[in-house]
This record gives sequence, structure tokens and C-alpha cells, in this order.
Amino acid sequence: MTPGARLVQVDGLVKHFPGARALLGLGRARRPVRAVDGVSFAIESGQTLGLVGESGCGKSTVGRSILRLIEPDAGRVTLDGVEVLALGPRELRALRRRMQIVFQDPYGSLNPRMTVYQTLAEPLAIHRLAAGPEVERRVRSLLEEVGLDPAFARAYPHELSGGQRQRVGIARALSVEPQFLVLDEPVSALDVSVQAQVLNLLAELQRKRRLTYLFIAHDLAVVKHIADHVAVMYLGKIVERASAAALYGAPRHPYTTSLLSAVPVPDPTAQRQRIVLQGDVPSPAAPPPGCPFHPRCPHPKKNDRCRTEPPALREVAPGQLAACHFAEEPM
Amino acid sequence: MSALTWLALAGAVAVALLVAEEAHRRAAASAAGRRFLRHPTATPGVFILAFFVTLATAAPLLAPYDPAFQIDIVHLQNHAPSAQNILGTDVYSRDVWSRLVYGARISLGIGTIAMLVAVTAGAGVGAVAGYVRRWVGAVLMRGVDVGLAMPRMFVLLMAVALWEHLPLAVLVLLIGLTGWFATSRLVRAEVLSLREREFVAAARAAGAGPTRVIFRHVLPNAAAPIIVSAALGIGNVMLLEAGLSYLGLGVPSPLPSWGSMIYDGEPFMAGAPWTSLFPGCAIALVVMALNAVGDGLRDALDPRKETA
Amino acid sequence: MTEPLLRVRDLKTYFVTEQGSGTARAVDGVSLDLFPGETLGLVGESGCGKTVTSLSILRLIPEPPGHIRPGSFIEFEGRNLLTLAPKELRAIRGNRIAMVFQEPMTSLNPVFTVGDQIAEAAIVHQGLSRNAARARAVEMLTLVGIPDPQERVDHYPHQMSGGMRQRVMIAMALVCHPKLLIADEPTTALDVTIQAQILELLDRLQRELGMAVMLITHDLGVVAGTADRVVVMYAGQVVEQAPTTTLFARPLHPYTEGLLASVPRLDTRVSQVRGRLHSIPGQVPAATAWPTGCRFHPRCPYAWDRCASEEPPLLDAPGGEAGAHTVRCWLLTEPQRRERRA
Ligand SMILES: Nc1ncnc2c1ncn2[C@@H]1O[C@H](COP(=O)(O)OP(=O)(O)OP(=O)(O)O)[C@@H](O)[C@H]1O
Ligand SMILES: Nc1ncnc2c1ncn2[C@@H]1O[C@H](COP(=O)(O)OP(=O)(O)OP(=O)(O)O)[C@@H](O)[C@H]1O
Ligand code: SF4
Ligand SMILES: [Mg+2]
Ligand SMILES: [Mg+2]
Repeated sequence: MTPGARLVQVDGLVKHFPGARALLGLGRARRPVRAVDGVSFAIESGQTLGLVGESGCGKSTVGRSILRLIEPDAGRVTLDGVEVLALGPRELRALRRRMQIVFQDPYGSLNPRMTVYQTLAEPLAIHRLAAGPEVERRVRSLLEEVGLDPAFARAYPHELSGGQRQRVGIARALSVEPQFLVLDEPVSALDVSVQAQVLNLLAELQRKRRLTYLFIAHDLAVVKHIADHVAVMYLGKIVERASAAALYGAPRHPYTTSLLSAVPVPDPTAQRQRIVLQGDVPSPAAPPPGCPFHPRCPHPKKNDRCRTEPPALREVAPGQLAACHFAEEPM
Repeated sequence: MSALTWLALAGAVAVALLVAEEAHRRAAASAAGRRFLRHPTATPGVFILAFFVTLATAAPLLAPYDPAFQIDIVHLQNHAPSAQNILGTDVYSRDVWSRLVYGARISLGIGTIAMLVAVTAGAGVGAVAGYVRRWVGAVLMRGVDVGLAMPRMFVLLMAVALWEHLPLAVLVLLIGLTGWFATSRLVRAEVLSLREREFVAAARAAGAGPTRVIFRHVLPNAAAPIIVSAALGIGNVMLLEAGLSYLGLGVPSPLPSWGSMIYDGEPFMAGAPWTSLFPGCAIALVVMALNAVGDGLRDALDPRKETA
Repeated sequence: MTEPLLRVRDLKTYFVTEQGSGTARAVDGVSLDLFPGETLGLVGESGCGKTVTSLSILRLIPEPPGHIRPGSFIEFEGRNLLTLAPKELRAIRGNRIAMVFQEPMTSLNPVFTVGDQIAEAAIVHQGLSRNAARARAVEMLTLVGIPDPQERVDHYPHQMSGGMRQRVMIAMALVCHPKLLIADEPTTALDVTIQAQILELLDRLQRELGMAVMLITHDLGVVAGTADRVVVMYAGQVVEQAPTTTLFARPLHPYTEGLLASVPRLDTRVSQVRGRLHSIPGQVPAATAWPTGCRFHPRCPYAWDRCASEEPPLLDAPGGEAGAHTVRCWLLTEPQRRERRA
């Protein structure tokens, strides 16, 4: 992997949300929520990194911090060599032409008072990419590209189905011709039959436009279909990162193993040994000491070291990183 | 009253009917409009408002006399309604109907202008306080708290007391500037929830600056509470003006406002009730109509009722 | 063969929608049987009528706008639920038939402790004293695997996580040892690791208590792992019904077939999956305007003119006994069309 091929690089990203204050804003602030706690990864141009983890583990916060929709507390983000976190407001707005985001909620991510046309034309106007009749032509071709009839241009979001809205959201992100897309659970809210349509669309767009994706999801099966590399998050940290083949074929972290075994498989004859994790995900405001996963970890070798010493994310096999003291002896 | 005046009055009713009819027709064509029409009082409300607005605009046609003209100070004091003066005359022998018609101009005008001032200020402050989270927002809202804590009538009375012969324009401005605190709270709450919505994040991701985000994405979606509070606000201002005028501190005589008419007639309430009763009814009707239309608009503009 | 515990015949539940967009035929002629001790999976995409079906069984449909059409028939333990007096119905709800709802966050009352809420049904239906009911609540919390039940019984819902609230919901449902548990998407709002816990819990409880479970879900994976028999719904109707292994091995309705093929799966190799996923074209129609003929025909790859004009009945699949595997599709009468496409 030559460094030049890395389009997106994230190093030591940290975001702590201040805790709410008790007593009507006068009391002592509660402990901060350590939403993202030192996340690093790189994505090669034209590839997809899948970011998976359970609700509240900080996936969206990572995605939004990269675009600076949230200001991270520390870390480095570079897009094609440009230091994203060092940019002033004006340069940042210009950079947003090159990276875009598609949101999870197809209902909340479109302005209910703007037609599809207005929604798609707005980025063009902001970045002065088109004017006059050219806008109309661009909107039409965007709609066609995402598989919508151009007649939808006049529709309001509430007149569209979830899948159609998500296509509009994708078209909006594509309108400025970005290189990099953060896809924040783009299919989680969709029906199974429509989810497949949107996943296919995303794969096709990536091929045609040579796009680079950060694909956020909580569904490992979905990620398997689209990602070249996968990073698994737990309580604000990446616990395993590897190529898709390695991660799905030979997971090294007990959490990845458990997560994989918990995904229901639509095959009643499959004889799988299911690992059912005990307990709940701890609050990110009070992560356990040592290995953050240790209270739920089913690894047979789990010991006192796990309870006190946080395992570092280290390379256990070529190209495969895991943060577990026993990563060499996977379950 | 001459035949011409009667004709003009009939015309005013016809215009109001036409407006209400047209509003009804247009509303029935859209989903939002149908939600408006679900309120049985909404269309009558539109009719009443249209009627009084027509009165105000076409006042010279509808009023047989100049509102300040004392017809016959000797024989026509506090004269009961008759063919000559359909709503009677007041203590200065002025035609109550003519004053009512011209009073519509002043009362509705004051209400509208003061409301515009209040809503603009309220929406602006609320939007900034909601969108800019840093100290600016906090300081603005503490200011609003102070404003809300001050009794509005008291402030206005102070101003009137300290400034003799307060010009009408200043009074209107004062009413407006003391009336935006509640609106700004409402707008801020709305903006606070809207700014967390994903379409706002999407607009920012598309490169939109704060001004564009506020004016294109946030405020239009906060339009419902703003418009509703505006509709209710006009009514409030009219009542306030009536109250001030009733205390003799509002619209200076002989300018006719509905409030000052009640004030002028109040000492003769027992013998000549028409002098106060009719402007009182006018205020009540308009305020009720505004409330009805405001309620209808609240539903019409609520996109949450858009499903199904 | 044993008598079914629950027998639903030609259930039609319609909603009169506002603003004149017409009548939503949410459930339109559903028939199904549920046998004692069995787990029936009810699957289908959003809006196909799963929740309305289950609410109709308990007669919890809000009226208006909804109503159950005359001619519908729901029999539970030999009694017609649709003609039961309100009082008798209440004696069944929460007692003989219990329900777990989709949203663990909103289905619990925030102002009562979980213990009070669990105990309530026992007090109402079994006339238990406060103390006995409390003891029962603790017992139920233990049963559903909540740690420190003695202490947790006095907690309020907001002090618990989503998974724990769902366990509390299940404890509430099971407190009177019902014969039938209807679980409406009990794990949809939960994370996979918590979902696995809840599914395992339901499985264990069913075995221990010997009740029948109607498991409503849109996740075919969940069904595959837990149900004995599956009913697939589309557009307010049952389109296919079969024992789980049969259904997954040999789906006969084109919708079931397409649905199974479009689920991203974990049990295939990475090299195999990096291609197009199968997808069903188009989208689920609105309940106010179901297509004529076969309701799936606008999206069906096999459809021919008969499908657009004539509505197929539930037909028996060849090679099985009557009623074991039924499919609502004309292809069963002309199987050669399927081969020609393939
Ligand atoms: N604006 C905020 N203020 C305070 N806390 C926040 C804020 N946004 C997120 N958090 C907290 O940060 C943590 C991570 O949130 P994030 O949205 O990144 O999770 P996620 O992995 O995307 O989860 P999901 O799968 O539910 O979308 C959560 O505990 C959340 O409560
Ligand atoms: N109270 C109601 N008023 C009007 N229509 C309703 C009402 N409740 C349900 N419906 C309609 O009935 C249809 C079926 O709804 P139902 O809730 O049963 O779907 P579902 O299969 O449970 O979907 P989901 O997976 O989203 O829970 C939908 O089209 C819905 O719009
Ligand atoms: S470090 Fe220990 S506790 Fe953490 S995952 Fe590995 S075995 Fe489990
Ligand atoms: Mg998220
Ligand atoms: Mg449902």
C-alpha cells in the first residue's frame, strides 16, 4: 500500500461530548461521553471501509467529525493530503465539494419544505457549479443516475417512499461530484427488498465514478457486501481492523467473533454455535478500566490483565489489527 | 345614510364573501388547506377579517361623515341608532358608524404594524439564539427572560407618562418592541430542535453558510409557530391598544380607534350603550376571527399532520 | 392432528383514512392457524399488515379509524373473540394471550416502577395480594434473566437499558403464564448482541412454559433461527405459509423467493458476495391502492396477463399434504413458466 494511494487518513480522532449539567445547568457537569476515543484508519482511493459497531459506539460521530459537521477534540484528518481540521470556514466549505455525506434517516435528511429540484439545485448554487438551464439539466441527469424518474423533481419529500428519499439523498451528495462519501447507515431504515436496490446503486456509482466510501452500518452482513476493509468499533475505539476477507474469515477479536455469531442467518439448517454475550453495552461515559470489552468478553483465557491493562490495537496478522491481549489465540 | 353608503356596505360584504369563498376553494385543493378547513370556524374567520379589512381600505366610501365631524353638537348628542346614523352618535354628535369604519384603519393598522415589528424581532432573536449556541445565544435569552418578566402594560404606561404627546408611530413601535419576547422563545425552541435535524446537517455538509442555513432551511420550517403567533399577536395588540386608549393614554383624540371610542363612550354606558358597544363588538369579532384563523393555520402548517 | 389454539379466518381490518385518500385495506383476508406450543413466524416488509393482524386478534384496533369487517373470524381456545363481550375479552387479554410490543422505550409507563407494572396483570387477573404480586414480579425478573431482581424490581424504566426494558416487557407478558404470546418485532429496536440474548430468552421460556408464540418480524434470519412454521405476508394478505425448513429450502412464491435472495448474508464467502445483490424491483404499494389481480404482479418477474386480472387463491404446493405448504400464486397452476424463466 503506497501512501500516495490513501485518499482519506484519520489519526487519533477524539471527540468527548461534555456531560449534561445537573440542577438546571448550575450543578457540576456529569462525566463526559467519550463518544470517539482515538480512532485511526486510512481508506485507499476507490475503496470502501466498513465501520461497524453497536448503537452508540461512536460511528456517526467519526463520520461527522471527518466532515467537520462535529468539531473533534483532537486528532488529524487528511483528505488527499489536505489537513481537514486545520481549515478555516471558507476553505472548509470549498473542501465540502470533495467529500459528502448520506444520512441514515431518509425522512429527516431532506428539508420538508423544499422540492427535490430545490434540494438538488442548492449545492450547485452554493459552489457555483451551474447556472440557468444548466441547473435543470444537471438535476435531471442526477435523478436519472440514481434511478429516479426526472418527473420527481417537482415532488416534495413527503410524497416519496423511503427508498426514493434515500436516492434523493444520494443524488444530493453526488451533485457536487465528490471523491469521498461518508455513508452513515444509508440502508438501515429501508425495507429488505428496497435495501438491496440501494446497495446495488451504491456499488454501481462507486464503480462508475471511482468513489471512495466510508460505509457506516450496524449490520455485518450488509457491510460484507460492500466493504473492502472493515473496522469494528466498541465504546469509541476500534477493536479490530482488517480486510473484509480476513475479518469475516478469521476474526481475531472476541467481540468481532461474538458479533458475527449473533447475526441471524436466514437458513434454518445452519448449525452454528451461537455465542450469546452477557450483559449490556456499558455507557460510553463510564467505560470499564482495562480492556473495555472485558465485562462481556467470552474469551476462555480472559484474566486479570484484561481487567487492568488496556490492550493496544496491534498487528496480529499481516494487515489485520486487533486490540485484544489474546488476539493470537482467537476463539 | 345615503343609498350610496348602503351600496358601498353591500359591496364590502360582497367582497368579504368573495374572499372567503375564494380562500375556501383554494384551500380545498391542497392537503394543507383541507387541514385548515377542518376547523369549522376558519372560513367564517376569514370572512370577518376580509370584511373589516375592506372597511378599513374603503373607509371614505363607507363612512357617510368625517369621523371627527360633529354633526349637531346641540341636538344629536348620544343619539340612538336611526336611519340617519345607523349606529347612533356619540357625545360629541359624531357618527359612530363612520368612526367605527375609520377606526378599523387605525386599530387594524396598529395591530398589523406592531405585530410585524414584534414578529421580525422575535424571529430574528429566536433564530440567532437558537442557532448560535455560544454565549451570544445565552445572553440573548437572558435578555428575553428579563423582557418577559416586565409587565408590558407597565412599561407602556411609563413611556406614555414620561413622554407627553407620544406620537402614534412611537407608540406602535413601543407596542411592537415589547411584544416579541414570547415569540422569540417559541422560535428559539423550534430552531433548537430543527438545527439537530439531519437536513440541516446535510445543508452544512453541502457547504451552506450559517445565513443560508437559517434562512433557507431553519426558518421556513419554523414558519408555522411564527405565523400562528403573528395571527394571535395582532389580536393581542388590538386589545392592548384598546386598553391603553381606554385609559386615555393610547390613540389621541379625535383620531378614532376602537379603543378610544370605548373610552369616549364609557361615561354614558347606561344611557347610550351603542357608543361603546359597537366598537367593543368589533374588537371582539376581529380577535375571535384572528384566533380561529390562527388555529386553522396551526394545523394547516403542521407537517406532522401530513401523513396518511 | 391437534386442534389449533388460534384459528384466524378471512380477517379483514380496514382503516378509513383522513383527507379522502380512501380506505386502507391494511389486513385483507388473512387466515392462519397457530397450534399449542408452536412458534409461528409472521414475516413481511413494513406496512404489510403484521401489526394490524396481531392487534386485531386482541381487538386492540383503534375504532375509528379502523374496523374489523363482518365475516372475519378469530377463534381462540374454541371461542370466537370477535363476538366476545368486553369483560370476557379483558379476561383473556394479558392473561391467556399476552403481547410484547415493538418499542421497549415507549411501551412502559415511565411513572411506575417495573415491579408495579409486572405485578399489575397478576393482581387484575389472578387476584394476588400486593405482597404476593411483588414476589411474583421478582420471580418473573429472575426468569427473564435480570441481575439483582430484588433491587431491580423497584427501578423505573428510565433506569434500565433497552435490552433490560424488553426483558421487563416480556416478564410483564408472561406473568400470568399465557397460552399464547404475541411478540411484535421484539428485537427490532435492539442491537445484535442484545437481540441474540432476547431471542435465546424467548426460546428458553417457550420450552419451559410450553406456550405458543407468534413472532412477528421483518428479519428472515430471526425467523429461520426460531420459528417452526412461517407465514409470509405481502400487501395485507398471506402469500405463503409453510414449515420453516420447507420455506427456506423451497420458497414457491416469487415474493418469498425474491426476499430470500435479496437479504445480504453472512454465510457466504467474501469473494462470492462482491457482486450485485438480487433485488426486487419497484416498491411496496400503498394500502389504499393495492394492485388488482395478484398484488405482487407489478414487481414479479414471472407475471403474465392472468396475474394482472385474476386474484390467485391460496393453493396447495405439490407433493405435500393439504394445508402444509400453501402459496398464493398462479405459478402453481402453470409450473412450466417458472422453469422457462430460470
Ligand atoms: N450532540 C451530542 N451530545 C452529547 N452526546 C452525544 C451527542 N451526539 C452523540 N452523543 C453520544 O455519543 C455516543 C456516540 O454516538 P454516535 O451517534 O456516534 O453513535 P453511533 O455509533 O452512530 O450509534 P447509532 O448506531 O445509534 O447511530 C453516544 O453515546 C451518544 O449518546
Ligand atoms: N391507525 C391507523 N390508521 C390508518 N392506517 C393505519 C393505521 N394503523 C395501520 N394503518 C395502515 O395499515 C397498514 C399496515 O400496518 P401495520 O402496522 O400492520 O404494518 P406492519 O406490517 O406491522 O409494518 P412494520 O414492519 O412497519 O411494523 C399500513 O399501510 C398502515 O398505513
Ligand atoms: S483483551 Fe481480554 S477481555 Fe478484551 S477481548 Fe481480549 S480476551 Fe476479551
Ligand atoms: Mg449513528
Ligand atoms: Mg409493525
